[in-house]
Order: sequence, then structure tokens, then C-alpha cells
Amino acid sequence: MRNYLKYAVVLVLVAALLALGGIGCSTKEEGGATPTPAPTSYKVGALFASSGGNQPLGYPEKQTVEMLVKQINDAGGINGHPLNVITMDTKSDTTTCVTLANNLIEDGVVAIIGPSSTGESMALKDIATKAGVPLVSCAAGSVIVEPIGNYTYVFNTPQLDYVAIERLYTYLQEGNITKIALLTATDGFGKAGRAWLVNKTKLDKYGLTIVPDGDLTYGPSDVDMQAQLTKISGTAAQAIVCWGTNPGPAIIARNMKTLGMTIPLLCSHGIAFKSFIDTAGTAANGVIFCAGKLPIVDQLPGNDTQKALLEQYKADFEAEYGVGSANTFGGHAYDALNMVVDALKAVGPDKAKIRDYIENNIVNWPGTGGVYNMSAQDHNGLPRDPKQAMILVKIVNGNWTWLQD
Amino acid sequence: MSSAQFVQCLINGVTPGSIYALVGLGFTIIYAVTKIINFAQGEFVMLGGLVAYTLIHRAGIPLVPALLLSILIAAAVGAAMYLLAIRPPKKASVVSLIIITIGAAMFIRGIAGQELTKDFVSLPSFSGEEPISFLGAHIDPQVLWIIGAMVVVTIILHLFLNYTMVGKALKACAINPVASSLVGINPKTMALIAFVLAAAIGGIGGVVCAPKISMSYQAGVMLGLKGFVAAAIGGFGSPVAAVFGGLLLGIVESFAVWISWGPFTSDYKDAIALVVLLFILLLRSGKLAEEERTG
Repeated sequence: MRNYLKYAVVLVLVAALLALGGIGCSTKEEGGATPTPAPTSYKVGALFASSGGNQPLGYPEKQTVEMLVKQINDAGGINGHPLNVITMDTKSDTTTCVTLANNLIEDGVVAIIGPSSTGESMALKDIATKAGVPLVSCAAGSVIVEPIGNYTYVFNTPQLDYVAIERLYTYLQEGNITKIALLTATDGFGKAGRAWLVNKTKLDKYGLTIVPDGDLTYGPSDVDMQAQLTKISGTAAQAIVCWGTNPGPAIIARNMKTLGMTIPLLCSHGIAFKSFIDTAGTAANGVIFCAGKLPIVDQLPGNDTQKALLEQYKADFEAEYGVGSANTFGGHAYDALNMVVDALKAVGPDKAKIRDYIENNIVNWPGTGGVYNMSAQDHNGLPRDPKQAMILVKIVNGNWTWLQD
Repeated sequence: MSSAQFVQCLINGVTPGSIYALVGLGFTIIYAVTKIINFAQGEFVMLGGLVAYTLIHRAGIPLVPALLLSILIAAAVGAAMYLLAIRPPKKASVVSLIIITIGAAMFIRGIAGQELTKDFVSLPSFSGEEPISFLGAHIDPQVLWIIGAMVVVTIILHLFLNYTMVGKALKACAINPVASSLVGINPKTMALIAFVLAAAIGGIGGVVCAPKISMSYQAGVMLGLKGFVAAAIGGFGSPVAAVFGGLLLGIVESFAVWISWGPFTSDYKDAIALVVLLFILLLRSGKLAEEERTG
């Protein structure tokens, strides 16, 4: 037995040496074959939570960037320069995210897109600003860009969190609903949403009060929320607002059906995935959520400025990753990377000029999130009027339907 | 609190409780035979659900054969895990083996995420989604399947351990490995059987829960943790104790949400469940120490 092991070790070592030798040879050959230097590639960093708690957000963002980079390079790159996006997985962890960002900056990236969550983005504001590297975040936290202050290098692309919440509250106010129950996830996405949901000024503005008294939350991987819903069903709540990403809200929709609760369930764009409908089954019908226009792109009128772009993104994404996979989170990364690519096209790999370009030239710029108008005062660029910024989607017979009001 | 609400709270607790119990069962079998706490137990549950989904949606296999096949695959993974990771390190202590199970869990999770799906998926309900009314409370019909699976598995396990030769050998090995090997029972074979059984039970849990909860490659972490707590409340003793542990945990969580008010939000439900665990462990510590001396 021992002898066999020895032979095995020797064999492995020989194989390894041969492999190394092979690599050495091949690089030499490459060097010989291309005497004229190829155009240098443009290095952009991308930080996404493609695993961990924010995976439902980060993973489609990573997929989008991979798809887009391939498209750009297949079409000849940016002004002949190949685009090299270094995508890193932050594992939904702020500390990891900071370390990776520092590595990317040392690596000489000209801009960073991402990260996926507000917490991670906040941690990078200082780092990006000090290093003078433009950061285009894919997280919706308004704190990222409001106020801008000294953080002139920080942008974000999603519709801001409070805009999304006001979109739902507008709907409730118009439906003469005054008492709502909140059910939010205990992860970063849910907590950020709750902070705005319970904001006194916003509640007063739309004439809403929250029942019951105690905060109702659920763990993002809890298997059942009937306990929380039973508590709500004993109160005067006329609607439930649920803030979280899959699968929590789908379980809540199912549990509500089981309990025979008929009050409306309103959710965030965190449920704008086909898997929500698969998991919730018939209980998904009637659920309302706010989102960008992507889910109902087929229902948009022909003259909509975003329609062509959204259809293209959806078709490309689904050709690559399967039918029903395109979602608004991937769209945030699509917008972020395209802003940087447009800047690179116009000004080349100069960090300060890229920042200036995004601030001054991303005007009347249609993206998946909306039509962007960046300025020195506005580093998000999307309208703050909830009705202009977002649409409502209602699930009817297992399909997303545009709820026009 | 009206009586209907009370019954509903109880049912709300039994639903996740029976899921925890199914996971907890697997812990007790492996612990009894090998003294290893298998932290990959939740992954077997995850595999049961995800493999079934993959078989249905990618291979086009009908529901029932897909469910059976995915339970078999989970069992095969259990066997492979024992043969490749637990058996080879010959003189490893139990603690090292427990750490190996954590590594195996990460490995299984990674492969599942890479090869099966990164999405949240669920299976169709076995018998529709129309809720059943019971004493003024409502039950999701899938919950009856989960409870049914839990009861059937517990009964079969009980009969197997007490009335079959292999089962008795397993028990003997759990009580005294040295003495049982003297009478011709191979502890390694018994350990293999324990891993296969636990993985199969995990797989069963996975397929019956998948229509009710959303499965993802990361779902095993939380399920494993709750199942561990269920088994710990039961003192890692008998499978029946783990079932009661799981149900108790679910019911405590459910009532913890009901009584939440003011600063004690429903965030605290997990904390309250853990306090209950601590309390029970304290009460039992004397008994456990005694078992340690005599066992």
C-alpha cells in the first residue's frame, strides 16, 4: 500500500511539472506571436453579493455584468479596448466587501460598480472618495446619495428606497386605507425598508397608522409565518405591507391564504421574480408590488422611451439564463455598468473624468430603472415623485399585470 | 386570546415544529450509533427538495418517482459522505469528525448551488392548496403530509430499531460499541447504516417540506440548526424525544410571536426558543452527567 502511495505522489509531481512546463512554453509562444502590443484593456471592478443573505439581489447582478461584458467584447470592446470587469463576491459581508474594494483599487480599476446592499455601499463611500474611484452602487438606500456632501464619487442606480415605499403608500391612500400592518425581513433589505415604512413624516403624509403595536418581523429563512399573520388577523389592519426578498413573501402569501385572510398584501420589488409565483402558487394572485417597468415590459405602450431597451435586456438575459429569469435587480447592474461604459467611451480610463462624465452627461439617459438625469445635486438621477419613478404590478392568474392608477 | 386563536397558534407552531422534528430525527440516529453530531443533516433535507425539483424540471420525471428517486439520492450522498469523509480518518476523535461534518456540509451546499440551482424553488403541493378548517383554525393541507411523514417515519424507525435484527444491532452498537463488536456486530457497518438512514430521513423531510417552504441551496443551514436544537431538547436520546423537541420548539416560537409587544418584537422568537433550550439543558444536565457515568 505504502509503495503505491509513493508512486502516486511521484506521478502527481511529474504531472504537475509537465503542466507547469507547458504553461511556460505556451506563454512564450504567445509573446512571440504578437510583437505589436494589443490595446490595453479597461479595468472595472464589480462587487456583488453573489452568495450569502443578499444573494437574490447580487447573483442576477453578477449574471448581468458577465453577459454585458461578453456582448461588449464580442462587438470589439470600447473604442477597440477590451473591457475587463473583475467581479468579486462580497458574500453579503461588509468586511469582505471593504477588503475586496481595497484590492480592486490597488489593482488599478477605473471605476467600481456595486455593491448590492446599502450597508456594504455605505462602507465603501469613504474608500471610493479617498481613492478617487467612481462608485456606482446597485443598492437602493437613499443614504448612499442623499446628501451627497463630500462623497462626490458615489452614485447609485436603483429607485431610492423611500420612493418605493411612497409608491405603495400612494396606492393605499387612494384606496382609502388607513390602518396597515407591517411584516418585514430581519435582513439588511428588510431593515432598510422598515426604517422608511415606520417614518412618521411619511405615514402622516399618507394618513396611515401602523397596527399592531409590536414590530412584526420574520427571519429570511423562516419556514412559516402563520404566527405573525395570526397576530395581524386579530387587529384592524386593512392591508399588509411586506418588505423582503424571496422566499419570505411567497410563504407569507401562502400562509395568508391558509388562514383565510383576504386583506391585500403589498410587497417590495424584492418579489419581482417568477419564483415568487411558483412558490406562492394560486396565493400569489392579488399580490401587489412596486417595481421598475421590467416585469410588465410587454404591456408598455410602443412610444415608451424604455421599452426597446427593456425588451432587449430581457431577451438577452433570458436567452442566457432561462425563461422568466430577468429581474429588476440585474437591471440595476445593467444601468450601472452601462453608465461607466458610456463614460469610458467618451473620456477613456481617467477616473476623475469618468466621474465628471457620469455627473454631467448622464442626462435624459434611458436605463432599465427609468430615465436618468444625473447632476451635481442628484447622484441617483431618477425622479423622486413616486408615481413617475415606479409602477405597480398586480399578479393576476399567475401573471404580472400593470396596475395603472 | 380566543379558543380559535389558541388552536391556530398551536397549529402555527406544529407546522414548523414538525419540519424541525423531521430534521432532528436524523441527528439522533447518527449520534446514537457514532456519537457524532452530523452538521450536514440539514443539507440532506435541502438535497431532498432540490434534487426532486431538478428531476422534475430538468429531467421531466413525474412527481412521485422523482420524490422517491431524490430520497434515494440523498441516502446515497449520506453513504458517500460516511465512506469518503468519516471512515477514512482512522484515529480521529469525535470532535474532529464533527468538524469534518461541517466541512462536508459546506461541500454539499457548494455543489448543490453550482450544479442544481441557485434559485428558490418549490414543488407542487401534494393535495392542493385549499386550507382545511379545524376547530375554527386553518391548516395548509401540505402540513398534514409533513406531520404524516414525521409520524410514519418515527413509527417505522421505532419498529425497525426494536423488532429487526439490523435494528437491534444498531441499538446494541449505540449502547456499547466494544461489547457489540465482541458479539460480531461491525460498528463501521452500523455507522454506515446510520448515515444512510439519517440521510434518507433528511431526504424524506426535504420532499415533503419543499411544497410548503421554499428550498434553496442555502436552506440546509437554518433547517440543520433548528433540527439540532430539536434533537438537543430531546437530549439526543431517542428519535421520539427529538420529535417532541421539534414540536416544542415550533410551539414556543409561535407563542413567542403572539405575546410580542412593545420592545419585545417578534425578532425575539428565536432568542426565546434558545432560552427554552438552555433551560431544558440546565434541567437535564444532572441526568446527562449520570448517563455519561453509567453509559
